[in-house]
Amino acid sequence: MRFMMFMYPEIAEEEWSPSAEAVAEMSRYNEELRKAGILLALDGLHPPGEGARVKFSSSGEAPTVTDGPFAEAKEVVGGYWVIQTRSKEEAVEWAKRCPGENCTIEVRRVFEMEDFPKDVQEAVEQG
Amino acid sequence: MAAADPRSAVETVWRIESARVIAGLARMVGDVGLAEDLAQDALVAALEHWPESGVPDNPGAWLTAAAKNRAIDLLRREKTYERKQEELAREVGARFAIERSEFDAALAEEVGDDLLGLIFACCHPLLSENARVALTLRLLGGLTTAEIAAAFLVSEATIAQRLVRAKRTLREGRVPLEVPQGEELTERLPSVLGVIYLIFNEGYAASAGESWIRRDLCEEAQRLGRVLTELAPGEPEAHGLIALLEIQASRSAARVGPGGEAVLLGDQDRSRWDPLLIVRGLAALKRAEGLPGPLGPYGLQAAIAACHARALRAEDTDWVRIAALYDALSQLTPSPVVDLNRAVALGMAFGPAAGLELVDQIAGEPALASYRLLPSVRGDLLGKLGRDAEAAAEFRRAAAMTENVPERELLLRRAAEHGRRG
Repeated sequence: MRFMMFMYPEIAEEEWSPSAEAVAEMSRYNEELRKAGILLALDGLHPPGEGARVKFSSSGEAPTVTDGPFAEAKEVVGGYWVIQTRSKEEAVEWAKRCPGENCTIEVRRVFEMEDFPKDVQEAVEQG
Repeated sequence: MAAADPRSAVETVWRIESARVIAGLARMVGDVGLAEDLAQDALVAALEHWPESGVPDNPGAWLTAAAKNRAIDLLRREKTYERKQEELAREVGARFAIERSEFDAALAEEVGDDLLGLIFACCHPLLSENARVALTLRLLGGLTTAEIAAAFLVSEATIAQRLVRAKRTLREGRVPLEVPQGEELTERLPSVLGVIYLIFNEGYAASAGESWIRRDLCEEAQRLGRVLTELAPGEPEAHGLIALLEIQASRSAARVGPGGEAVLLGDQDRSRWDPLLIVRGLAALKRAEGLPGPLGPYGLQAAIAACHARALRAEDTDWVRIAALYDALSQLTPSPVVDLNRAVALGMAFGPAAGLELVDQIAGEPALASYRLLPSVRGDLLGKLGRDAEAAAEFRRAAAMTENVPERELLLRRAAEHGRRG
């Protein structure tokens, strides 16, 4: 099974760049994931101030684009990992080992073709 | 939301930690089987304690410490009662001739080499291939006996017996828990790679309706392959193997049709190949190529798989390069099956006559006598050369050699098409 771990750091935009110490600690954690043979991908993201949101409302209307930062946003993604584990419990166990501080990690299972109902699978095939 | 079930928490931690716990203990006590017993004792202790005390902050360290205490108890008993009847206990005593502080320090050390030593022990040439696979899944994958049995479609008792015998063989053979060096490493690495590839192929052969544990073998093999490259980063074939596995696994969603039938590489919907695994596979191949020395058998097979992975459409495939890679592979590991693949590549790269020339050279090989791909490949090449009657005969021959109904129908259809033209 494949899981995505989203990191939601509770830090202000201007403090977005982590310290060398924090980076070193996180690197050690990433190394653990790698040594366990479960790390498939990971990335850290630039602060939301440099990003944008593209919002869609009712159909037919053009999407609205808002440049960051997003004052109303409670949680913003700071980075992600893609890991391969045998269960959700195992993925959660790995998430718990992250050297986090004032942050939340959300663990989500990645859809695989078999998880979709037959008609969706067929739609993909014809796509 | 309810807190995680402590029992499942224990089992989860066990899956993550057991290989490292067992590896560290195995080096200390010099016996894989005893190390597993001690680690199992620690697991039982965890199942007793954690539901009451809660899961400790560092559950892996807890398990190691608990197992270590059992080991020390055993040592103490051994010293108190002195030499007992059991050969096992005698060996433990001999190997325990170290101070406790040293024991602690050794267990606290980086376990990388221990883990690699355990991998080599599990894949030791003293063991049969079946035993190597079972022991590797058990000790390095943390699978239960029942899970291994389900994955290999045999009874639990068979696997249990296989594991007991394997551990006894290692003990009686006094197999050291260390990483082989120099020439011995070169000699023994293929056995480790072979076990991982075997586990992968067992999962790759599983069909959609079969149990998840069977299909999960692919992922477990990939995980083991990645672990191996982390432990032995200087070994090009370790990178070659994982490159091959990642690229083959990238095709999983495309290689089976809606009716469960196999879809050939050239006919697969390439948009369904997993780009993440392809990127990982190509990166691993690059690492294998970057190390000194020519590519080995796994590296070459990965390079061939990479040629397919890089082609966005089947017609973009670099067949000239694939033919050259098969040529190198057949020199390294000569086999009529590799030659048949080389013939297909030659036919695609330089025209059907070039392919047919090689097929006709190897057609008499006894190893290919009942290999249904031989007449099928020959029929294809003959058909492309306009020799329809001969092509039809070959397809009929191939159809008679397969039990698989859709495949037989396809072959008979091709035979009929050429028969009409001939």
